[in-house]
Amino acid sequence: MDFNIKTMAEYAAEGKAPEVLFWVGCAGSFDDRAKKITKAFCKILNKIGVEFGVLGQEESCTGDPAKRAGNEFVFQMMALTNIEVLNAYEVKKIVTACPHCFNTLKNEYPSLGGHFEVVHHTQFLKTLMEEGRLKIEGGAFKGKKITFHDPCYLGRANNEYEAPRILLEKLDAELVEMKRCKTNGLCCGAGGAQMFKEPEKGNKDINIERTEEALSFEPKVIATGCPFCNTMMTDGVKHFNKNEEVAVKDIVELLAEADDL
Amino acid sequence: MQYIDNVIFLILLVAGFGLFAKSLLKIYRNIQLGKEINRSDKKSERWETMARVAMGQSKMVKRPVAGILHLFVYVGFIIINIELIEIIVDGIFGTHRFLSSIFGHAFYSFFTATLEVLALLVIIGVVVFFIRRNFYGVKRLTMKELFGWPKHDANWILIIEFALMIAFLKMNTADWALQQRGLLPEHGSFPISSTLLGPIFSNFSDGFLFFTEKAAWWFHFVGILFFMNYLYYSKHLHIILAFPSTWFANLDKKGKFNNLESVTKEIKLMMDPNADPYAAPAEGAESDVPSKFGAEDIFDLNQVQLLNAYSCTECGRCTSVCPANITGKKLSPRLILMKTRDRLEEVGKNIDKNGKFVDDGKKLLNDYITKEELWACTTCNACTEACPILLDPLSIIFEMRRFLVMEQSAAPQELNLMMTNVENNAAPWQYNQADRLNWAND
Ligand code: SF4
Ligand code: SF4
Repeated sequence: MDFNIKTMAEYAAEGKAPEVLFWVGCAGSFDDRAKKITKAFCKILNKIGVEFGVLGQEESCTGDPAKRAGNEFVFQMMALTNIEVLNAYEVKKIVTACPHCFNTLKNEYPSLGGHFEVVHHTQFLKTLMEEGRLKIEGGAFKGKKITFHDPCYLGRANNEYEAPRILLEKLDAELVEMKRCKTNGLCCGAGGAQMFKEPEKGNKDINIERTEEALSFEPKVIATGCPFCNTMMTDGVKHFNKNEEVAVKDIVELLAEADDL
Repeated sequence: MQYIDNVIFLILLVAGFGLFAKSLLKIYRNIQLGKEINRSDKKSERWETMARVAMGQSKMVKRPVAGILHLFVYVGFIIINIELIEIIVDGIFGTHRFLSSIFGHAFYSFFTATLEVLALLVIIGVVVFFIRRNFYGVKRLTMKELFGWPKHDANWILIIEFALMIAFLKMNTADWALQQRGLLPEHGSFPISSTLLGPIFSNFSDGFLFFTEKAAWWFHFVGILFFMNYLYYSKHLHIILAFPSTWFANLDKKGKFNNLESVTKEIKLMMDPNADPYAAPAEGAESDVPSKFGAEDIFDLNQVQLLNAYSCTECGRCTSVCPANITGKKLSPRLILMKTRDRLEEVGKNIDKNGKFVDDGKKLLNDYITKEELWACTTCNACTEACPILLDPLSIIFEMRRFLVMEQSAAPQELNLMMTNVENNAAPWQYNQADRLNWAND
């Protein structure tokens, strides 16, 4: 293992508090693909010496999928449990690599008693870069075509379009924008609990429509900032048999790769 | 007998505005059927949003062609209706071009010339819109959800606006021609009508010109009254309701969905180890529990959602960006609002007839909006972003899902599984919470 993970319980036992709590999320904890994103992010934080804690077994689903499916009971059960845990550790700042966790923690927890500063991992890294703590060398990606798929819950839901792009630009890659980007971005098809069910009948799956658009630019990499988008786009790329030529990667994976982590 | 014109005018005026007021009151009453919602916070931001989005049309120009043409029609139509003041005064008192006596010669010329140019712009806008809508094949305007009344409605409005503007120019041309012949005092300047229709009109007899001037004036006046009263039956209500709709728009982050307070109380009670589950509910607590979670019919929606239903322009910008709709699913956010309005109207008629609402065995859910539509939504907010007047079809979809899940336990099977997992394992998948940190070691 080439990275250190410390839980909030361990910090507390030492009588310390880390700079930030890393909210891993269900996908980041259990989904094999998303775990790689989790690890890449930890490696970066480890390398530049950012002290962070995770909740580990004390973390629960934020309740986002239950909420969007319409189940307010299950959502609030999760939310109130999580808030109790977070407040017990006196958490001030949370970073997460999942826009759904980000949105829920940031927007829906406050009225239930959970007041934290919540940032998406791209926002967090952007700040670290501006503070000079994170240096990004883009050698590995110089001149390569990358297109970024905006996650709805980071973009339209929370108006964050710049942080991911600023990081990508630092990779010296050629960033190409899809026609449907930023406020006009197209959903990957996973939001609103769609991830957990078969889509309704139609002509096409949403992720296929979206991947088609991304592939039309013949990028080397489709960059994502959400574990669910990542899954959807990966499936899409496989659908078109392009998984050899085109990689679907989270921005932190690209940054870790650029740094050879 | 010489006052007969004025009397007829007055009767029409009162009847026209009276009927219009009646329609508005009915809309107001129907909107009141919804649940109250507090949107009186952040007043200055609300005024600013309304000014920018409704008056300034800031979201319209995202689609430049439609945006600019719409601006012509909108600005033109509003300003030309300043004319209405003049028409009313002239009509009641039998004056002619009353404003000229107030504005003075130069300014009145400027005023009439501006109106002429705007009228021409409106005509251009309306003609291009008509062609776009009927022959050019803009997808969102030719989808089959618009067949029938919505399509005719759109065309009627364009035709009425066209006719009104032509009547306006005709009136001006006749006036101008009579002024040239010294038969009417010289008031105003008419650059468009004098060049466009002027040559034809100069062949007409004096009597016919007088007749045309009067006829066009009456047509314009009656047309405006008709247009006003037509609004109630039309998607063109948006020219009025866009203002309150933008004022009452949701100003929160789009991703923030409301938390039900009644649920919070119950769960806090459940989680509190000291709470006595058998304790009698505190005084007044009963009324805190809502009769229903989510929305099954229009009565369960809030008043802003109902206002939205009346305000929708049926432009389909929302539907054209909806990922579900794009990929051929039944969901169309535009239709969600159209159907909500249809149901609301039906309930309204029921109340008109019976004095109060008498159960008609129908509901918004199932009879109008199907589960299949509701479950196709990814909650991506593309629709709310696209709407030029900040309507929120997603909130209706979301409330109806809540009803399906919390009142009827009618979620798709896979979602039930997901929710059970969240409840039991604290994750949407069937993994053990104790394994949450395993990623760190594999
Ligand atoms: S939020 Fe739902 S209805 Fe609106 S565009 Fe997205 S999928 Fe369509
Ligand atoms: S909801 Fe808005 S975008 Fe959709 S059709 Fe109505 S007015 Fe147009």
